[in-house]
Amino acid sequence: MTVTLGKALNAALRDAMREDDTVLMFGEDVGALGGVFRVTDGLAAEFGDDRCFDTPLAESGIVGMAVGMAMNGFRPVVEMQFDAFAYPAFEQIASHVAKMRNRTRGAVGLPMVIRVPYAGGIGGVEHHSDSSEAYYAHTPGLKVVTPATVADAYSLLREAVADPDPVVFMEAKKLYWAKDEVALPVTTEPFGTAVVRREGSDATLVAYGPAVPVALEAASAAAAEGRSLEVVDLRTLVPFDDETVAASVRKTGRCVVVAEAAGFAGVSAEIVARVQERCFHSLWAPVLRVTGWDVPYPPPVLEKYHLPGVDRVLDTVDRLQWDDAPDPRFLAGSR
Amino acid sequence: MTTQAEHRMPTATSASAPPADAGLLPSAEPVRFLDDDGGPAPGDAHGRYERPSTELLRRAYDAMVLGRRFDAQATALTKQGRLAVYPSSRGQEAGEIGAVLALRETDWLFPTYRDTMALIARGIDPVEALTLLRGSWHCGYDPMATRTAPQCTPLATHAPHAVGVAHAARRRGEDTVALVLIGDGGTSEGDFHEALNFAAVFHAPVVFLVQNNGYAISVPLSRQTAAPSLAHKGVGYGVRSERVDGNDPLAMLAVLTDAVESARAGGGPVLVEAHTYRVEPHTNADDDARYRDHDEVEAWKRRDPIARLEAHLRSRGELSDDDVAAARSAAEEFATQVRERLSEEATGDPADLFAHVYAEPTPQLREQAGWLAEELAR
Repeated sequence: MTVTLGKALNAALRDAMREDDTVLMFGEDVGALGGVFRVTDGLAAEFGDDRCFDTPLAESGIVGMAVGMAMNGFRPVVEMQFDAFAYPAFEQIASHVAKMRNRTRGAVGLPMVIRVPYAGGIGGVEHHSDSSEAYYAHTPGLKVVTPATVADAYSLLREAVADPDPVVFMEAKKLYWAKDEVALPVTTEPFGTAVVRREGSDATLVAYGPAVPVALEAASAAAAEGRSLEVVDLRTLVPFDDETVAASVRKTGRCVVVAEAAGFAGVSAEIVARVQERCFHSLWAPVLRVTGWDVPYPPPVLEKYHLPGVDRVLDTVDRLQWDDAPDPRFLAGSR
Repeated sequence: MTTQAEHRMPTATSASAPPADAGLLPSAEPVRFLDDDGGPAPGDAHGRYERPSTELLRRAYDAMVLGRRFDAQATALTKQGRLAVYPSSRGQEAGEIGAVLALRETDWLFPTYRDTMALIARGIDPVEALTLLRGSWHCGYDPMATRTAPQCTPLATHAPHAVGVAHAARRRGEDTVALVLIGDGGTSEGDFHEALNFAAVFHAPVVFLVQNNGYAISVPLSRQTAAPSLAHKGVGYGVRSERVDGNDPLAMLAVLTDAVESARAGGGPVLVEAHTYRVEPHTNADDDARYRDHDEVEAWKRRDPIARLEAHLRSRGELSDDDVAAARSAAEEFATQVRERLSEEATGDPADLFAHVYAEPTPQLREQAGWLAEELAR
């Protein structure tokens, strides 16, 4: 059956709500409208306004109310509509969602999911395309998940709803319409497991979320030029799968991290640090990154210059010291 | 503080069915039963409210005496280095105790860092209740078993949690109420407003008790709001509101019991503003002489809630010298136990750093726990 990633998320919510009547879905426009991306389409009709409902337009209140409902027997799933509109909820997420289990010595867990449509590439105007995953991944106590395939969208969201800890579920907006042949329900690898999407022997591309299709396309293009690239899809940023990433890089000896978010102090920087800690003696070249520039996300007029694309990935792979010459970009005195 | 006469609360309404629109507004003057000396307040200052039972007032008296002694002991322990910090609620006993006595054991309390006295009244072990302020990484007590949320340090952020807990209970058909404690400074935070709005929209059984003690650390109320009163903030959200003399234990108990039972009966959320005063500095680390006059503090001390309740009960022959002595003796014994049990330095197991971040530690946390253990073994 051909399924879009958005429909797979919708099916995951529907199946989770059918199986467990403590699962609730709420947020802005998630009821009659079915969400601005239609991820909650039909849920209010099937489960009623008691279980899938619209709230006042206030993200801190939405997340804060979900905390209370999770404290008292429910499994809330809340939608933040857009990445940048989740910022009003940040204090709730950082100070309460992430810390409740710890500050109660395990007595109060918060089984809740915060769904965040994120990243760009859909021509959104300002404040609609932020890659905000680093804020959450940097906050201990949260799990951070970002599916790149249709099957993962379904399976990881089911796992997120069933998880005893709070999960920030990052949905790459430009992948909502990605299609695949998948028979639902489907169960893929669990949280904390990265997956090798394409095997290769010359270099490893580590990617997550919206960058995974870019990395795969780059690997195809590289193959046509006789270079074999392996692509690792992280799937969950927290917990992080060091083993799979390190095993791939030890095998290939070269690594490029591909991420749409700004690079500085981002998840991509963390990945590079972890790879060099674990794989230094297997590396033939410094680990490089292809990321968004360190600029506020540029709306559609300029976003094509910002988004990491296939050409930029291939150019970066070319700089992995194949002929033992140092990377001129980072030589002392090169700028 | 000025209020407009046309906003006056109707004097006789049923507890469970608040009147429409203008009925949401608080009374023109704070509800009170007692004058500043514990005699009867003039006129109909207590409005539609009934005097609480003598039995309830006696329980309140004992708890307030104990609460104040505990508070003084905690302040002393801080000066001795046994607590990292202690935000005193001396002078606010009527609110601290009134909030707890208005609730059933099955109801939920959402306290702030200033409400340790309320935790004691709730029956939480004092050493558990002081765990956070000893500098530990957790709240000390079991929130699920005690139906008491961890003391909240970020202001008003626990208010939406109270809405969620109350709404969840109501969804299951339970008659649980959640009462959330907030200070005057907290009413400026967005979460206070979002919580009022959500509670009203979802008709959640929540009582918001704002203990307006005049200062947010050093900043006076005049810099928090230009509203006629903090209780007036309810009407914009469709929340029925009330103002109370926060140093009048009769009024606090009467209004809070009414608010809790109204919410329990399906009347929706209620906002209560208690006019009170923080007699002590913000914490032991504060110097209140920099922002308020000694005369102001002394004036409020003369409106002492315990003295007022004691005078009231004595005047009716409902409290004897022996009763007073017994309450003080019980409080003294309680304080002695707290002092003895906190005589040692708080300690912690470093392995606990990693134990409760997630239900199951991530591979990275297991790895880091191992590194720390190796470091400590050297």
